[in-house]
Amino acid sequence: MRRTVLFGLAGFTALALLAWGVNAGLQYLGRTSSPEVPVGPPPVATPTARITATLFYGAPDGVSLAPVRVDVPLAEGAVAQGNQIVQALLQPPPAPYLAVIPAGTTLRALYLTAGGDAFVDLSAEVSTKHPGGTQAELLTVYAIVNAVTTNLGGVRRVQLLIDGREADTVAGHVDVRRPLELDASLVRQEPLPAVQ
Amino acid sequence: MRAAAATAVLLALLLTSLAVAQGPAPISVVSPAGTRSLPVTLVNGQEYVALDDVAAFLPLSVREDRQGGLVVTVRGRNIVAPRDRPLVSVDGRVVSLPGPLTRVGSRWLAPVDFVPRALGPIADQRVEYRRPSRLLLLGTVRVPRVTPRVEAAGGGARITFEIAPPAGVTTVTETDGVVVRIDADALDLAPVSGGAPAVAQIRADPPATLTVALAPAAGDTKVTTSTTDTIARVVIDVAAPGQPPDTSSAAPSLPAAPVPALLLPAAAGVRTVVIDPGHGGDDSGVKGPGGTLEKQITLDLAKRLKSVLEARMGVHVVLTRDDDRVVTLDERTATANNAKGHVFVSLHMNGSPSPARTGPAVFFMRLDREGEDTRREAGAQAQALPVLGGGTRVIETIRWDLAQVRHLEASQRLATLLAGALTGRGGVALPPVQPAPLRVLAGLDMPAVLFEMGYLSSAAQEKAVAADDLRGTLVQAIYDAVNRFATEPAPLPAAPPPAVPPVAPPAPVPPARGRR
Repeated sequence: MRRTVLFGLAGFTALALLAWGVNAGLQYLGRTSSPEVPVGPPPVATPTARITATLFYGAPDGVSLAPVRVDVPLAEGAVAQGNQIVQALLQPPPAPYLAVIPAGTTLRALYLTAGGDAFVDLSAEVSTKHPGGTQAELLTVYAIVNAVTTNLGGVRRVQLLIDGREADTVAGHVDVRRPLELDASLVRQEPLPAVQ
Repeated sequence: MRAAAATAVLLALLLTSLAVAQGPAPISVVSPAGTRSLPVTLVNGQEYVALDDVAAFLPLSVREDRQGGLVVTVRGRNIVAPRDRPLVSVDGRVVSLPGPLTRVGSRWLAPVDFVPRALGPIADQRVEYRRPSRLLLLGTVRVPRVTPRVEAAGGGARITFEIAPPAGVTTVTETDGVVVRIDADALDLAPVSGGAPAVAQIRADPPATLTVALAPAAGDTKVTTSTTDTIARVVIDVAAPGQPPDTSSAAPSLPAAPVPALLLPAAAGVRTVVIDPGHGGDDSGVKGPGGTLEKQITLDLAKRLKSVLEARMGVHVVLTRDDDRVVTLDERTATANNAKGHVFVSLHMNGSPSPARTGPAVFFMRLDREGEDTRREAGAQAQALPVLGGGTRVIETIRWDLAQVRHLEASQRLATLLAGALTGRGGVALPPVQPAPLRVLAGLDMPAVLFEMGYLSSAAQEKAVAADDLRGTLVQAIYDAVNRFATEPAPLPAAPPPAVPPVAPPAPVPPARGRR
C-alpha cells in the first residue's frame, strides 16, 4: 500500500516536471521566434476581422491632408492596433490621394505610455528619402500624428523616432523633438470617401 | 412713465456707448470700379467693419448657427466663426483674429483683419489691406506706395517721390509748382518727411496726382525721373531765388542694380537683421525637377537681401551662412541670438507632393501645450531686479530652446506683413500665413519667420525662380516687410495664436469596434 502511494507520488511528480518542461520549452521557442522589435506582428483575432480607420493622405491640392476611411486588420490591444494603422498608412495611397510618407519607410516599433503618448519608430528612409520642403514635411509628420491620435482612444500626443533615436526634424524644418498633438488645421474638412 | 422710458433709453445709449464707440476714419476701398468708403466702428478698442457693408464690395451671405456663432459663405465656401472666440475656420483652416465677430443690434461686425485674412483666401480675387494708409485693395488695381521726402538744399529744396512698384509718371511744371501724375488707380502715400522753406505744400488729389506747391520766392525747378525694375523715382530740384537748380549733390538717376545708392538712417528699434539661407553643404534641401537645388537659391537670395537691407535701411545684416556648407539648426539659432538680432528671416524653397502646387507661404512659430506652459511660467516667475543708476529691470527665466515664446505676436505680425508685401507681385494672391512647430524658430529670441519663397517641386516655379525678375521681386517684398515692421507701430495686442488648432478632428474610430 505504502509502495503504491510512493509510486503514485513519483508518477505525479514526473508528470508535473514533464508539463513544466514542455511549457518552458514552448515559451523559449516563442521568445526566440519573435522579432527583436518590442512589438511583434499583432495577433489577429480572425483572418477576416477588419475595422474602419481614418487615415490621412496627401490631398490633391498638395498642401493639406485628406481624412480617408480605410479598412485595416483588427488587432488585439491598442499597441497592436496602432501597428496595423501605421502599417496601413505606410502603404501607397489610393487615387486621387498623394503619398506624403517616402516609399520604403517601415515601422520599426510602436510604444504607448500610460500618459497618453505614443512613440512611433520609423526607419531612416522617412528622412533620407524625404523630398524636403516645410509643407511636405508637415504633411509627413501630421499624417502619422493625426492617424494615431484619431484612431487610438487615449493617445493624445505622438513622438516620432527615426531609426530608434530621437530626432530634431524629419527633413530640416518640423520640430519632432517632443510629442506632437493632432493638427486639424492641415486637414481639409471634406466628406470622407470610403476606400476598401 | 414717460420720464422712466426716457431714462431707460438714455441708460441703454450710455451702456451701448461704453462698448461701441464711433469715430475712426473710414477705410478707402480701391477696386477696378473706383474708390469707395467703408465705415469703421470701434468695439472694445478694436476696429470693426459691418459685414453688410463689406457685402457691397465682396459678395457674401451670413447666417447664424444654433450655437450662436456665424457662418459666412463666399462663393459656396464657408467661414465658421464660433461664438465669442477670436478666430474663425476658413474652409477648414484656422485663422486667428484680434477679436471675435460681434453682433451689434441687427448687424454683425467683424474685425477689419477678418476681411484680408478670412475673406481674402476664398474671395477668388486679391484682397489686401494696407493698415497704415487704410487702403483695402480688391481685384486687379495698381496702388503703388509713394514715399515723399523734402530736403533743404542751399536756399532751394529737393523733393523726392519714390514709387514702388514702379509706375508711369507724367510731370507738368507750372509757374507755382509741379504736378506729378502717376499711372495708377490710387496712391498709398506715406507721410511727407523733412521740409524746406521753398516748399509750401504737397497735396494728393484722386486718383493718383501729387501737386507740389512752391513758396512765392522759390526759384526755377528741374524735374528728373528714373525707373528700375523695383522702383520709380521723381526728383524735383528747386533752385534758390535767382539761381539755377542745383542737381549736383546726388545722382538723380537710379543705378542699374536694384540697390539704390540712397542711405537712410537705421530704422528705430531694428538695428540687426539676421538672414538664414536654408540648408547648405550635404543638405541640398528640395531638388527641382530640373536639378535646381534649394540651398543655392536661398544663399543667392540671402546675399541680395543683405545688400538691399544694408543700403536702404542702414541696418547690420548677419547671414547664418555665406557659403555652401552645413550649418546645424542650433548653430543658426546661436548665430542669431549671439548677434542680438532684432528680426530673423529664414529663407527656403518649398516642396509638395503635387508638382502643380505653386506660390509662396510664410510660417511663424506655433506653440504646443508645453510651450504655452513655458510662456505662462515665464510671465509668472518674472522678477524685477534693481540696476545700476536706479530703476529696475524685469528678468524672465525661459528655456533656451523655447525662447521664441516671448515673440509670437511680433513674429505673426512680421509674417502677415511679408504676406501682404508679396500680394499682387507677379500675380501672387495673398500667401498663406501659417503657424507651425518649426525647429529653427523655436530657440530664437527675436521676432522670426520662415519664408518659403515658392515650390521648387514645381517645374514652372523652378523655371521662374531661376530668373532675376522673380528674385528681385522676392527681395523687394522682404525689404518692404522688414522696413514696415521696423518703422510702423505695432497694432494693439491681439490674441496669441492658438496652441493647438481647435477645429474638431474627424471622429475617432475605436479600434475594437470592427466588422468581422
